[in-house]
Amino acid sequence: MPEIITGTHGPEEGAGAGTPWPDDVPPNQDDTWYPLRDDPWRAARLEYFIAALWGVTGICGIGLMVVYWTGGQAQLEGWLLLAAFGCLGVGLLLWARQLLPGHEVTAIRHQHISEPEVRAAVVDSLSRGAEPMLSRRGFLVKKVLVPVGGIFGIAALWPLASMGPRPGNALYHTKWYPGARLVTEDGRALTVDDVMVDGLMTVWPEGYIDNPQSAAVLVNIGGQPLQARPGQAGFEVISGANGLVAFSKVCTHAGCAVSLFNVLSMQLICPCHQSTFNILQDCKPVFGPASRPLPQLPLGVAPGGYLIARSDFIEPIGPGFWNRSGD
Amino acid sequence: MSTVAERSAARKRAQQQQKALDWVDDRFGSSSWLRSAMDKIFPDHWSFMVGEIAMYTFVILIATGIYLALFYKASDAIVIYHGVYKPLDGQAMTEAYASTINLSFSVRAGLVMRQAHHWAALIFLAAITFHMCRVFFTGAFRRPREVNWIIGVTLLTLAMLEGFSGYSLPDDLLSGSGLRVVFSIVQSIPFVGVWLAFTIWGGNFPGTEFFGRLFVIHEFLFPLLLAGLLGGHLAILWRQTHTDFPGPGKTERNIVGSRLWPQYTVKSTALLMFIAAVIFGLGGLVQINPIWIYGPYQAARASAGTQPDWYVGWLDGALRLWPHWEFRSFGHELANPFFPGLLLPGIVFTVIYAWPWIDKRIYSDYGHHNLLDRPRDKPLRTAIGVAALIFFTDLTLASATDVIGTGLHISFELLIEILQYGSFIGPIIGFFVAYEVCVLLQQQVAHPIQRPVGGIIMRDARGGFHTVGGAHEGNGHEAHDVEHEEAVLEPVGAGASGRPSADEDDPPAINPDGGATLPGDDGHPSET
Repeated sequence: MPEIITGTHGPEEGAGAGTPWPDDVPPNQDDTWYPLRDDPWRAARLEYFIAALWGVTGICGIGLMVVYWTGGQAQLEGWLLLAAFGCLGVGLLLWARQLLPGHEVTAIRHQHISEPEVRAAVVDSLSRGAEPMLSRRGFLVKKVLVPVGGIFGIAALWPLASMGPRPGNALYHTKWYPGARLVTEDGRALTVDDVMVDGLMTVWPEGYIDNPQSAAVLVNIGGQPLQARPGQAGFEVISGANGLVAFSKVCTHAGCAVSLFNVLSMQLICPCHQSTFNILQDCKPVFGPASRPLPQLPLGVAPGGYLIARSDFIEPIGPGFWNRSGD
Repeated sequence: MSTVAERSAARKRAQQQQKALDWVDDRFGSSSWLRSAMDKIFPDHWSFMVGEIAMYTFVILIATGIYLALFYKASDAIVIYHGVYKPLDGQAMTEAYASTINLSFSVRAGLVMRQAHHWAALIFLAAITFHMCRVFFTGAFRRPREVNWIIGVTLLTLAMLEGFSGYSLPDDLLSGSGLRVVFSIVQSIPFVGVWLAFTIWGGNFPGTEFFGRLFVIHEFLFPLLLAGLLGGHLAILWRQTHTDFPGPGKTERNIVGSRLWPQYTVKSTALLMFIAAVIFGLGGLVQINPIWIYGPYQAARASAGTQPDWYVGWLDGALRLWPHWEFRSFGHELANPFFPGLLLPGIVFTVIYAWPWIDKRIYSDYGHHNLLDRPRDKPLRTAIGVAALIFFTDLTLASATDVIGTGLHISFELLIEILQYGSFIGPIIGFFVAYEVCVLLQQQVAHPIQRPVGGIIMRDARGGFHTVGGAHEGNGHEAHDVEHEEAVLEPVGAGASGRPSADEDDPPAINPDGGATLPGDDGHPSET
């Protein structure tokens, strides 16, 4: 169409003379033309400008060397890299747009598909092999190769099982044991008086600090009544004005640490997906995606007033899984 | 114009080039391919550049990633930190975290490279997503380009996994919480979940050999797959030639654009430089993922405002919005994270993968297409796409409920409820609005008062006159009859322009079964 045929710059004149045209481009389309072709003075001026831009890139390179020599500085490196690549890019773009040919042309868009005869020929060639291969109802292929390949494939993948231990009952138990003292992150054993009313602390079984599955929160609910779940009555420790309860800190939704505590509503909130557990209702989930309460740790008091666990959690902690016995 | 000296210099240069190319051709016989490669035509439209941006970002990701891999230590071993960053002095942390701190503070250009790598990953995913939207809304996935759609969606999936695995490597508090969630999602798979999670992590979370494995995946397995599939993606694009928007002079059987060599090549290189400028500028000047502030991962800690990188946001948001449902019976349990964490993305990606075939069914259109749809001409597809985008935006917003809630001074509970309803209502509203806007836009173009009736009369090089433009400009639906196929080669007279077609009809398919060739198509592509 008209706007793509630049008639004033036909192939019979200029650098395109005598150049054979690609088969797919109809004649009379000149793509050797570029905007500054007939304006040598402006072309030269632009070349100097581009040279100056690329010169800036070179100067930035020297600047980077100096920065690295003196030990490096992220912001300076950022500015220098930005300027270096930016100037290189602007120069290239000006060069391409003003000084290099790239005029729009129209060409035939060839069918990239094959002729029907060629396709038929391929089927012929293929059946040269396929016919005998699948003879006798594909005895060798279907009845031998496929099952053998399956068996061999399983055998080949089997060693991958070495990557990890069998789960066994790992998800059903934590490191809490009968008589385990509750210790803080720095190993201090806690007594019934160590957490003030409405206070909260992260605790571990003694000897297993930082064990991811055993993290628990110890909360002093004071004299507020606790609605214990069936089978979990008496898991708390009442001592004077203190009412101490401990729950698994691993969220029953997706396993994050339930580490936000709203003391006004006595709620524990998981920062990952906002599952909210009401401590006074035995950490029943009251909002968010978690569907099970945080398991409660049965607490007791050892001589000396030390808080201990009377046993492990009585149910699996953390997120659900296929074989977690339902409740 | 030129002097004798200049002409002889040009001749000499041509001789030298000939000699060099002869050497190559003597060995590889590559001249015919080389010529067709340099003459390859690419249509020009700004939206076609976005895929290119993704490609060049990948180049920068590989370059910066190689540098980071020289210093990162993929190890779960616990070390006590005594480095230049004093606030962490004396803390216990994994070697993975310590080495990331060290490469940020004690390695030349380490911080710039690390931040540039992270920014590049965000831009990579953004460019892929935008590119995919362009392909979707313009129908570029239609026959014969379905396979490239499949490869493209696979590239998106891999890029998401690659991005998330890289985000997790430093073992900081933020990414560690993310890995804990992923462990829970894997653990929730029926039958094999627990065993699979223990196998991948080398035991119960956080595992004993995880970072070594994650590193192999992040710096070898996924990049290899990405590079291979990207190569395939480009090879198929090369073979099939690029699609183009309809417009004056454009038909299904021609291609209008500029050649690969030289202007396009240099322009494209300039684009690489601009992307590098932006990414390294961001890397040096705009802080991202300051892991020394988050601290090393400790299982008993998590902080408010935990957001993953933006492209994982929709999955994290889904985990927050999914109601507290779990299904237990016969002693087995379908745990909560399974539904938003695996089932939802499974369904989403199945639909995306299948879209070219769903689209064929919707429009009963099984034909070849080289000209793109304008989104307004396919209101149903556009409306579905808009609805999907609103759905993903809603989920992505949900991944930041605590941050947004704080900013808006509303409780996160209320915000989550709003977004839960929003994930249904938003897409529905978006669907109808987008549909109506498409229909209105169609009418607007066809409106006789708003467009000149006769078009523009132009004279061509041979002295003929024709009209271009007019009411049908840019619609392109008229360009499919044989008369117009020839119009490319032989300008047709005035009045041959078709009527505006505001109807839903698709252009008639050409050679749906790949049969005979059309006039003017006497050969096969020379690039074979």
